[in-house]
Amino acid sequence: MSESPSPLRLELRAITKRYPGTLANDRLDLRIGTGEIHALLGENGAGKSTLMKIIYGVTAQDSGQVLWQGQPVQIRDPAQARQLGIGMVFQHFSLFETLTVAENIALALGRAAGSPQQLAPRIAEVSQRYGMGLEPQRLVHSLSIGERQRVEIVRCLMQDIKLLILDEPTSVLTPPEVDELFVTLRALAAEGCSILFISHKLGEVRALCHSATVLRSGRVSGACVPAQCSDLELARLMVGDAEGLEASYPKRAGGLPRLRVDDLTWRSKDPFGTSFEHLRLEVRSGEIVGIAGVAGNGQDELLALLSGETRLPAGERERITLDNQPMAHLYPDARRALGLAFVPAERLGHGAVPDMTLADNALLTAFEQGLVRRGLIRASKVQALAEQIIQRFAVKTPDTQARARSLSGGNLQKFILGREILQQPKLLVAAHPTWGVDVGAAAAIHRALIALRDAGAAILVVSEDLDELLQISDRIGALCSGRLSPLKATAQTHTVEVGGWMAGQFDTAHHAA
Amino acid sequence: MDLDLLGNILYAMVRCGTPLLLVALGELVCEKSGVLNLGQEGMMLFGAVVGFIAAYATGNLWLGVLMACLAGMLLAALFALVALGCQANQVATGLALTIFGVGLSSFVGTAWVGKPLSGFEPVAIPLLADIPLIGHMLFNQDVLVYLSFALFGLITWLLLKSRPGLVLQAVGENPDAASAMGLPVLRVRTLAVLFGGAMAGLAGGYLSLAYTPMWAENMTAGRGWIALALVVFASWRVLRVLLGAYLFGLASILHLVAQGIGVSFPANLLAMLPYVATIVVLVVLSRDALKTRLYAPVSLGQPWKAGH
Repeated sequence: MSESPSPLRLELRAITKRYPGTLANDRLDLRIGTGEIHALLGENGAGKSTLMKIIYGVTAQDSGQVLWQGQPVQIRDPAQARQLGIGMVFQHFSLFETLTVAENIALALGRAAGSPQQLAPRIAEVSQRYGMGLEPQRLVHSLSIGERQRVEIVRCLMQDIKLLILDEPTSVLTPPEVDELFVTLRALAAEGCSILFISHKLGEVRALCHSATVLRSGRVSGACVPAQCSDLELARLMVGDAEGLEASYPKRAGGLPRLRVDDLTWRSKDPFGTSFEHLRLEVRSGEIVGIAGVAGNGQDELLALLSGETRLPAGERERITLDNQPMAHLYPDARRALGLAFVPAERLGHGAVPDMTLADNALLTAFEQGLVRRGLIRASKVQALAEQIIQRFAVKTPDTQARARSLSGGNLQKFILGREILQQPKLLVAAHPTWGVDVGAAAAIHRALIALRDAGAAILVVSEDLDELLQISDRIGALCSGRLSPLKATAQTHTVEVGGWMAGQFDTAHHAA
Repeated sequence: MDLDLLGNILYAMVRCGTPLLLVALGELVCEKSGVLNLGQEGMMLFGAVVGFIAAYATGNLWLGVLMACLAGMLLAALFALVALGCQANQVATGLALTIFGVGLSSFVGTAWVGKPLSGFEPVAIPLLADIPLIGHMLFNQDVLVYLSFALFGLITWLLLKSRPGLVLQAVGENPDAASAMGLPVLRVRTLAVLFGGAMAGLAGGYLSLAYTPMWAENMTAGRGWIALALVVFASWRVLRVLLGAYLFGLASILHLVAQGIGVSFPANLLAMLPYVATIVVLVVLSRDALKTRLYAPVSLGQPWKAGH
């Protein structure tokens, strides 16, 4: 990075932060100029969140210096950060769903800013100016995720803001929404507002950011102008020389249909849930079908219907079949007996019991595999199974008696996936298999899924990570508001088309069966 | 049925519903902040006995009302200390508070059982009290009933229109986000609990100083519990709390009227009517899941601690 002509808005010098057992930030330097869009790139656990918390005053650094517009400052709490002109949009929004947009913003701004009614015209005006069209009187629960993010951004903009921090802002957006967000951010930067854009999506960083700082294991591993780097160069900076980064897997056509969802119509009992009308889906043996979509478009409901956590009445048992066996009315254990394996989206509390040991967690879904005799658990067999999973899937853990809670997200995910795969299922349904998992572990999970596919299993992967789905699935589709797009061979489609499906641009009439 | 009888029924309905309205409004504010205080029955009884003793000893009814409120607040402060200060389980703490309040009130009140007291008398508001039917019901009541009208108006405005109401709702929905925003979660919750205690004490005081001016053990007869059910089945909406309270009052009166005109139905079953009718009607009203979810305080009953 060469000399930046504009004065520096924020400069960090040798920031170090130590947590018990880890060095989260190790002598980090960061410089953000006025009106600059600066990317902070890095894998999970690279130290991005810690750095961001230090800048926003949530936590204090152990050593190192923060300079704000050239002056050394110690930011004690978020209130002080806001006073300086630092705004932050979190990954998980801090909005109150039962309040209106204006009420949410009024609460955050404090009494001095005025009542919700007084603020409403300004909210409308500010959101218009940056192309965000918010209606101040809407209740937040009725807004889409993208709209909620705009509420958070507008909330920051209503204050006198000089630096806006966005934590993985695009992870919850559809591709068209991402484009809209970028328009807003560019307009902001053009007015002199600096932006710190935290992400691990290389394409977006290259499209948007003027400069980038890359973190790896708590250190700055490089700084560059993203537009002049290739994705591969950036990825190498992020993860080092890990293997399997560009792996592409041969695509398969699949054999006979295994899972069939036939004309499924189901109404959600949750007023904020998603319902399905005439949903059709088929997954064949020896293929991976990927379902893309932004969270909240029916993924949770579909997964529950497939796993058996939600059941249909016995009269509609034929709506979901596995190898022509009706299972729509069956409980999860009966479905597992038919050959279903399931990896839920939440690892702790759904995929594994946090306070139970790995061995006990292995038993939970695998007890049909000869682990129980005459109602008694065969401890040695359970132990052996847990050890086998740990070994085959390279789970990093002291032993099988470690509690599920103590494992990192990626390791636990490998364990859960391994537990399901070792049961040699006919059908594997996996939700977000690599969510929050580092690149190395993700590659291992992908290889395991491909191996299971090549052994003849049918696999359905539901994920928000479009790049991942394009990489591993043989056929791909997207869910939008409970409607499923046509499934198309992955080789014959591309990001833009699937992105359109995620936004609902498809015709369900000529539905691929 | 002649107009006079109907007017009298409506009059008695408001009188009978008032203690329930007071305690339920207090609990509504408390639950809106995310705190479930099951100690209503105990706080009411303690308020009733302390209020009665104060009024009897000094001859000053208003001092009795004040002491009743303070007595309710005292028990509420105990609850706040344990459940908010130490993050104890709110359900267990509330239950313990009720058991404590019931026992404490009968212990304190032993010497005062059956003592006579001339309580609050109805005050007719000139002209308005002469309106047919509703005049008697709304404008010929005692001052505590008028006070309950005022409190209802105040709380409605507070919850629906004011900034403190917004803060209360925010704290009850998502204390973490509220705290991150700089709202004083624990202080808001403590104030809400204390307010609920004062309202429960006032409700008890209404019973022992106006409704039936005397002290008897367990004179609240489960109103604290019905108030808790009322808040839930009213889906945390203030107008429905009012309707539910008066519905309870109406059913209580009807069962007396029915006995009076000699309906041959077991009296014990008729005595259940107010409780059953109130709950059935409110359950039917609260079937709209979306609305319920919109008004329910999401964090209800969950202990919360700053900075984790």
